[in-house]
Amino acid sequence: MLSEQIQARINRELNKYPADQKQSAVMAALRFVQDEKGWVATEDMADVATYLGMPQMAVYEVASFYHMYNLKPMGKHTITVCTNISCQLGGASDTVAYLESKLGIGFGGVTADGKFGLREGECMGACVDAPLFSIDNKRLCGCLTTEKIDQILAELDQS
Amino acid sequence: MINLEIDGKAVETEHGSTVMDAANKLGVYIPHFCYHKKLSIAASCRMCLVEVEKAPKPLPACATPVAEGMKVRTHSEIAVKAQKGVMEFLLINHPLDCPICDQGGECQLQDIAMGYGGCESRYQEPKRSVMHKDIGPLISTGEMSRCIHCTRCVRFGQEIAGMMELGMAFRGEHSEIMSFVNSSVDSELSGNMIDLCPVGALTSKPYRYTARNWELSRRKSVSPHDGLGSNLSVQVRDNKVLRVAPAENEAVNECWISDKDRFSYEGLNAPERLTKPMIKQDGKWIEVEWQVALEYVSNGLRQIRTASGAEQIAALATPHSTLEELYLLQKLMRGLGSNNIDYRLRQSDFSADGKQDGAPWLGMPVADINTRDRFLIVGSFLRKDHPLLAQRVRQAVKKGAQANIVHSIDDDLLMPVANKSIVAPSDLANALAQILKALAAEKSAALSVEAQKAVEAVQPSAQARAIAHSLASGERAAVLLGNFAQQHPQASQISLLAGQIAGLCGAKFGFLGEAANSAGGYLAGAVPGATGMNAAQMLASPRKAYILLNVEPELDMHDPQLAMAAMNAADMVVALSAYKHHATDYADVLLPIAPFTETSGTFMNTEGRAQSFRGAVKPLGEARPAWKVLRVLGNLLDVAGFDFDSSEAVRDEMLSGVKVADKLNNRISGVALQSPPAPLFQRGGHPVPPLQKGAANEVSGGFQRVADVPIYSADAVVRRAAALQKTCDAATPCVVMHSSEMQKLGVKPGDTVKVTQGKATVRLVAQANDTMPAGTARVAAGHHATAGLGAMFGTIIVEPVNGDRT
Repeated sequence: MLSEQIQARINRELNKYPADQKQSAVMAALRFVQDEKGWVATEDMADVATYLGMPQMAVYEVASFYHMYNLKPMGKHTITVCTNISCQLGGASDTVAYLESKLGIGFGGVTADGKFGLREGECMGACVDAPLFSIDNKRLCGCLTTEKIDQILAELDQS
Repeated sequence: MINLEIDGKAVETEHGSTVMDAANKLGVYIPHFCYHKKLSIAASCRMCLVEVEKAPKPLPACATPVAEGMKVRTHSEIAVKAQKGVMEFLLINHPLDCPICDQGGECQLQDIAMGYGGCESRYQEPKRSVMHKDIGPLISTGEMSRCIHCTRCVRFGQEIAGMMELGMAFRGEHSEIMSFVNSSVDSELSGNMIDLCPVGALTSKPYRYTARNWELSRRKSVSPHDGLGSNLSVQVRDNKVLRVAPAENEAVNECWISDKDRFSYEGLNAPERLTKPMIKQDGKWIEVEWQVALEYVSNGLRQIRTASGAEQIAALATPHSTLEELYLLQKLMRGLGSNNIDYRLRQSDFSADGKQDGAPWLGMPVADINTRDRFLIVGSFLRKDHPLLAQRVRQAVKKGAQANIVHSIDDDLLMPVANKSIVAPSDLANALAQILKALAAEKSAALSVEAQKAVEAVQPSAQARAIAHSLASGERAAVLLGNFAQQHPQASQISLLAGQIAGLCGAKFGFLGEAANSAGGYLAGAVPGATGMNAAQMLASPRKAYILLNVEPELDMHDPQLAMAAMNAADMVVALSAYKHHATDYADVLLPIAPFTETSGTFMNTEGRAQSFRGAVKPLGEARPAWKVLRVLGNLLDVAGFDFDSSEAVRDEMLSGVKVADKLNNRISGVALQSPPAPLFQRGGHPVPPLQKGAANEVSGGFQRVADVPIYSADAVVRRAAALQKTCDAATPCVVMHSSEMQKLGVKPGDTVKVTQGKATVRLVAQANDTMPAGTARVAAGHHATAGLGAMFGTIIVEPVNGDRT
């Protein structure tokens, strides 16, 4: 079952669309689920489908199409590193190597304490700040250096 | 209209149509994969790129609207270069191992690659592979790597079947066709995805790797399984039916067939097939020659006629029999001097017999369903009983029609339903009377004196008024009676009320035929007439001899208990059947007859369309077409007029000079419209069902039975189709009740309960469904698990297994 908070947030979203077009809120609904639990399980997709009156498979199509939905648990904080061309030229491979060695995980992995998950991302449209990563798809951290990464991780560790 | 030119040929086409439509009209072939005339446009395969004058680059013909003066070139250098380019891309990830692919030889990709593909691949890198998924017993996804992502299967599910069971998950190169968390594809039309798939990604699980396309002979046939008479292409090799595919007929089945039509062929090759005539002697079955068996039958019937009179002989046939078989059976019976013949085995109300102005039929051509804008569907398990008619209603609803339902079950029709009135079986007539009254008020129309009297005491409910409003607001309505309404103990009252409703709103009024010859049986004369006994009477006052044509009484009859009592008490039971079945317990003779693929014959579908077909294969073993068996029986019994050379001669005797249209009429005259019983009185907030004599009282859990015939239990062939029997629709029936009823009984969903009707008790699993009307329980008929129970409409007692209830 979707929690009351999620239902309330979806209801707010539904106000934006015609009553017979409830499926328009599917992306927002999945985002709310991920905000709450960090990832979207197939059971959640089924719940969203029931809530919005759409086929389960249609929800799955959306959830699997978009990279930003985590289809498996990705830890408390998901770090998504851009590895597209601008970031690569800006040293993204060093960022990735540093994160991998520091966290002891590769792309798609989650640290043993469940705090961090690491993902490979596509261009986030902020090449000017390359290399960069996003935290939980919400916060963009650019112009990364090892010191800056240490600082961000420490900050997250305490939150 | 718009004029354009394709490959130099001028064509005029409708505004809003596409270049592909125009090309089809002209007969110009444009290669394509994702385009399908019955599906929405995806334009995802890009194979149909054509050159359009003044367009800067090639355009997809399927998605390009026509414009005045457009000049299209489908085979120009630019077009062919584009098509070849697309083909090369499509083949990048597609395995190039056609010899081991089940689709090989009937593959659109293979065919088009012959025309547009290169002779060798420039692609050296690894191809992607996609794991197969289990999506049920009918469709194999064993070769999902072959998928070219045309999404025809997905669109079919969304648009035609009404449920999106397959979808395209992930993105880009990782895209995969799959179902939600490996759930099975349960649509009753799912097999069409196999035909739609242009490559070998979705293939038929039962047929897979049994034959090559070019080894098969295709024989036209007609489906016996429902009242539509879908046109089939029965595909055979070595005298064996290996698969069935649709034969296109826009007026009947379009290009679809239901899974029942498609996969039931497995039942034709089932091990239970009866291949030799058998006689029971001293309690043992022995195989005999035809001559011996037929003489045994004719002597037996003669003796009973001499000793007890011809009226002691009765004949029952299934409506799945051919017209010729039904005609000869009634001719034989009448020649013997008995009018006791019937084929309406699941019907229980015969009060309209002799008072109908013609045979009950759909009331309009099948294709007209798509043009209706209002529906009132009464007592129909529409999706399961008439999968393709349901599909037509779905298309009409998609175009803006409103569907209104009156039924005792609120099954999902996979289409928006405008209004529904879900009532207990005993309230069905009342619900219609309410609609009639509300409709008269809505239209300010006067009802006939009789109708006015009948609806006097009725109080239209909110739903009834909503349905009346919906019907009154339409221009082309249809009122359709389903199997449930026709099998109802008040069927003629229901029919009268529905007829009145149709009359008031100028609607077409029709019956949805249950089986291949539900309409045709009347024209064949396979009904008792004024002096004979109908199907119910023959069992209520048991006869000494029964002739069963295709019938399995415990599964095919309205009241299996009554039927079995009559069979067991009879002196002689002659079973003409394609299968060795339960008849071995009570019959004296088993005569192996040919199922529809092994005989010629005619089915008259629910719109009155007589479709003749020939045998696709020779009869198995010593089985013989039933019309031949009946002909010889007629000769042996010295009945005049039994010298037929062919089934066509039988048909001609029956139908030549007959205007079928004149024989079809749903009007009943001479049956008085009664005021329907008042809505059930309430006790403790719940309506209490009226109880039948001898049944337990309400305290011991008396429920009104709501009996459907599960889709894959409806006839002898489909019951033996192995793959269909593994589907969800073929699961053992449960008792379905409102959860509050279950609480009262102290039963939880999933518990096994005792279900008692008449003398028999069966154990079934209980299921909750809060759309069930109070006081009703759904217990399917036609299934072995419930065959011991009594009539399809009646009172059943549901008890917890331990029997201790407080």
